[in-house]
Amino acid sequence: MGAQGIGARVPRVEDQRFLTGRGRYTDDINRPHQTYAWILRSPHAHARIRSIDTSAAKSAPGVVAVFTGADMEVGSLPCGWQVTSKDGTPMKEPPHPPLARDYVRHVGDQVAVVIAETKAQARDAAELIEVDYEVLPAAVSIQAALAPDAPKVHQDLPDNVCYDWELGDKAKTEEAFANARHVVKLDIVQNRLIPNAIEPRAAVGDYDSGTGKYTLYTTSQNPHVIRLLMGAFVLNIPENKLRVVAPDVGGGFGSKIYHYAEEAIVTWAAGKVNRPVKWTAERSESFVADAHGRDHVTHAELAIDADGKFLGLRVSTLANMGAYLSTFAPSIPTYLYGPLMAGVYATPAIYVEVKAVFTHTTPVDAYRGAGRPEATYLLERIVTKAAKQLGIDEVELRRKNMVQPDMFPYQTPVLLQYDVGDYPGTMDAAVKAADWYGFAQRRKESEARGKLRGIGMSTYVEACGLAPSAVVGQLGARAGLYESANVRVHPTGSVSVYTGLHSHGQGHETVLAQIVHEYLGVPIENVTVVHGDTDDGQFGMGTYGSRSAPVGTAALVKALEKVVNKAKKIAAHLMEASEADIELKDGNFVIAGTDKSLPFAQVALAAYVPHNYPITELEPGLEGQAFYDPMNFSYPNGCHICEVEVDPETGKVDVVAMTSVDDVGRVLNPLIVEGQTHGGLTQGIGQALLEQCVFDEDGQLVTGSFMDYCMPRADDVPSYNSSTMAVMGASNPLQVKGVGESGTIGATPAVINAVLDALAPLGVEDIQMPASPHRVWQAIQAAKTPMAAE
Amino acid sequence: MYNFAYHRPSSVAEAAAALAAASEGKLLAGGMTLLPTMKQRLAQPSDLIDLGAIADMKGISTTGDGVRIGAMTTHASVASSAEVKAAIPALAHLAENIGDPQVRNRGTIGGSIANNDPAADYPAAVLALDATIQTNKRTIAADDFFTGMFETALEEGEIITAVSFPKPQKAAYAKFPNPASRYALVGVFVAQTASGVRVAVTGAAPCVFRASQIEQALAGNFSPSALDGLTIDSSGLNSDIHASPEYRAHLIGVMAKRAVAAAA
Repeated sequence: MGAQGIGARVPRVEDQRFLTGRGRYTDDINRPHQTYAWILRSPHAHARIRSIDTSAAKSAPGVVAVFTGADMEVGSLPCGWQVTSKDGTPMKEPPHPPLARDYVRHVGDQVAVVIAETKAQARDAAELIEVDYEVLPAAVSIQAALAPDAPKVHQDLPDNVCYDWELGDKAKTEEAFANARHVVKLDIVQNRLIPNAIEPRAAVGDYDSGTGKYTLYTTSQNPHVIRLLMGAFVLNIPENKLRVVAPDVGGGFGSKIYHYAEEAIVTWAAGKVNRPVKWTAERSESFVADAHGRDHVTHAELAIDADGKFLGLRVSTLANMGAYLSTFAPSIPTYLYGPLMAGVYATPAIYVEVKAVFTHTTPVDAYRGAGRPEATYLLERIVTKAAKQLGIDEVELRRKNMVQPDMFPYQTPVLLQYDVGDYPGTMDAAVKAADWYGFAQRRKESEARGKLRGIGMSTYVEACGLAPSAVVGQLGARAGLYESANVRVHPTGSVSVYTGLHSHGQGHETVLAQIVHEYLGVPIENVTVVHGDTDDGQFGMGTYGSRSAPVGTAALVKALEKVVNKAKKIAAHLMEASEADIELKDGNFVIAGTDKSLPFAQVALAAYVPHNYPITELEPGLEGQAFYDPMNFSYPNGCHICEVEVDPETGKVDVVAMTSVDDVGRVLNPLIVEGQTHGGLTQGIGQALLEQCVFDEDGQLVTGSFMDYCMPRADDVPSYNSSTMAVMGASNPLQVKGVGESGTIGATPAVINAVLDALAPLGVEDIQMPASPHRVWQAIQAAKTPMAAE
Repeated sequence: MYNFAYHRPSSVAEAAAALAAASEGKLLAGGMTLLPTMKQRLAQPSDLIDLGAIADMKGISTTGDGVRIGAMTTHASVASSAEVKAAIPALAHLAENIGDPQVRNRGTIGGSIANNDPAADYPAAVLALDATIQTNKRTIAADDFFTGMFETALEEGEIITAVSFPKPQKAAYAKFPNPASRYALVGVFVAQTASGVRVAVTGAAPCVFRASQIEQALAGNFSPSALDGLTIDSSGLNSDIHASPEYRAHLIGVMAKRAVAAAA
């Protein structure tokens, strides 16, 4: 509706407080009589704890208490998804104590916590704790952990394998390869990433001895899930005695989904010392203690017939879980990865096997895109490689193999049923927007300046809108993935929306208000979106996996419809008309075919001041609540095209153009969609060219600060040429598909395909991410050097 | 950060006295390296002597043969200085590309060269331009100043007060930044000076050094083509996740050529 409704380019209502320093983050929260926690972390990747002497720390100035794993006898940090191996056995799920007992398993593992009057005192005292470590050899890489005599990450798990999983029809896929005219092979490494949200994690635990109630303030993307996991599995606190608040949160990208040890530690310790306990991560701690992303080693093969039709795809992946199973870790390289292997293509046979491996490193879990970038990267790399190998125009090879618009709904061979899309349409739009076929001229111009220019493409389809509960339940999820909303209309017609979603940069407070405006006509200034507090609002599963728009807004629409239906009844009574004749238009109830109208606010007032009211038929008040469990995933899709210039002397890659055409379904707010797209593209470029988590062979984090871990900066990326297409028909009320992750999914393979296109004239055929100047230079040198004589 | 005693002297003499009186005293210039190190508890000075209030140590002046830059002059001041731009534009350009705006407005030339980070930019300029380092005790020639990784000729209690740069005939600095830190992965400063061609390389080795091979090649022919076919020996060069010694050696050649081409 007009300037504020669905589709309007409304600046975020959050911006005023974020840009003027008025946000309220966890570290801004201070409770009376608060103490401070410092967590002593393991300096070793693998060691046995022979003993811990805390006596000196306990008597240090300002120290309130010191606890170790021996003191904290609580449940294990739980895992929310159980994956089953090929042989039918459940994944190995070793215990994950919040404070280490007997062994430490990665640098940064929690060993002890000091609670003191000040943070500095806690830190000083932590230096007085004497831990007698028996340092043991560490299994740092996937390959090292799988070696026959590898050090064991968990003592009762001899082979370090968490699960060995498969998806798809193996026999049918083998048959496809037997019939293939061409087989294209590709080996890739999914570089490990460190999330680095701008706000480091923090947690404040509070305990009210008068009521026996605990409160945890935390940097979370899903406070309700944290309450459930920590209360039910770790600390044994019922929901009514545990409140979890996630206030303003400065970015998550997945890393703030999980239930972390520090949350349990401060909550438990607050009860022990009967005072609030605050912990705020240093940036250095974030590097070792926030769950990392990606980290796969994969071999893939694509079978193609004589006409260039894809016959089959087989993929074999090793995935790093790190030292412990983070909350959703097992699902990322399985159900968020394997089912994406069809991509936009009608490949008839697909087989994926994934072996997940424990290593002596920080746990690995979802990071923006979560499984879908990994799948898309290998698929779009191998398709481009196939086109080059077969000498076919890669646009035409893609077109030939795409699921065509008349094939929907399309059942892939790997679980998913795509509801709607126009894959050739998005690709053609991107080809046009990027002037794909005018590239030769631009390459010439670059060559004149001594630069190698390359162009690369990626298409993608992602499964968002997590998720139909029954489906994910069958696949091992230990939670439902519905969403809920409550719309409370106040007596004068202003509105509070309570949602189980959590906004940590997505702009929910704006978009949800726009939807309310669309349905009720209430100006967004009079709508407040309440989220992030388990005591103040709706239960819900939080925000990740691009689920807020497809699932969360669906719950909101259902709740709004309940409000509208009731309000129409009240309006009909007040206007002495038939309910069937009442319409709500531009904030007024009107009787169809007449000029009689009644403002929405007057109907709201009547609901709360029911002097003239159909009291025998309707309760007073105007409020609607709804839960929504989706029928299907949503399937955003698109095409990204990247152009790079490579300096052949230094190996430096400059991204000079980036075009994205994304079918995100109905656009709720174009400004926010553009922001999401630009941020995602930047992270996608970051993985392709800049970011790399490196451990040394002892398991020490080499990239432990921004001095060595390269985050993308503004001057690393071009001005984006991004646009959207909306193929309607997604299976949710607003027909939205989600936009939170598309950038990280499509951009990365497009960038690497472009780099390889630029380097192709020099004979370079492969490069691993990140394509740093050093790596590019080395690839050029290797291509120059003739193979050593056999 | 551990506790320390804080001093803010108003003269060099007072600063020297405070330093002498301290058991483990440290001079604080811009603090761009020292403060992060202290925050990580990797350094524990007993006393921090902040040089920020010493007016004599700040500012840029034109001298007979070049410019004199006070040790506490920020990179931003050097970058925007009309005197520096007129005398040695390459030096202003170098300062303009150190770190980020925050660093340029806090970091100082004296702090940078006293720290002698192997990848810092200023040491390359000081060495290539044959600058003179003035301290509260003596003057030190650039060739004698940088002695090793994070090591200089400064003695205990010695405080850099200014750096004097003679005006070269031509000079330029070409830096290939570390993608993450933006320090120099390799930075090459070339200068045609009264005493001949001087070329200093930073970022590539444990300490800034003069590339005599390049100096000789440029001595008779100060042009990029003079460096064609030149191979730099990689032995002794740094190796880390961002660059191998061979890559650094290669980049020295590339950056030297680009610096010569840009020299003005």
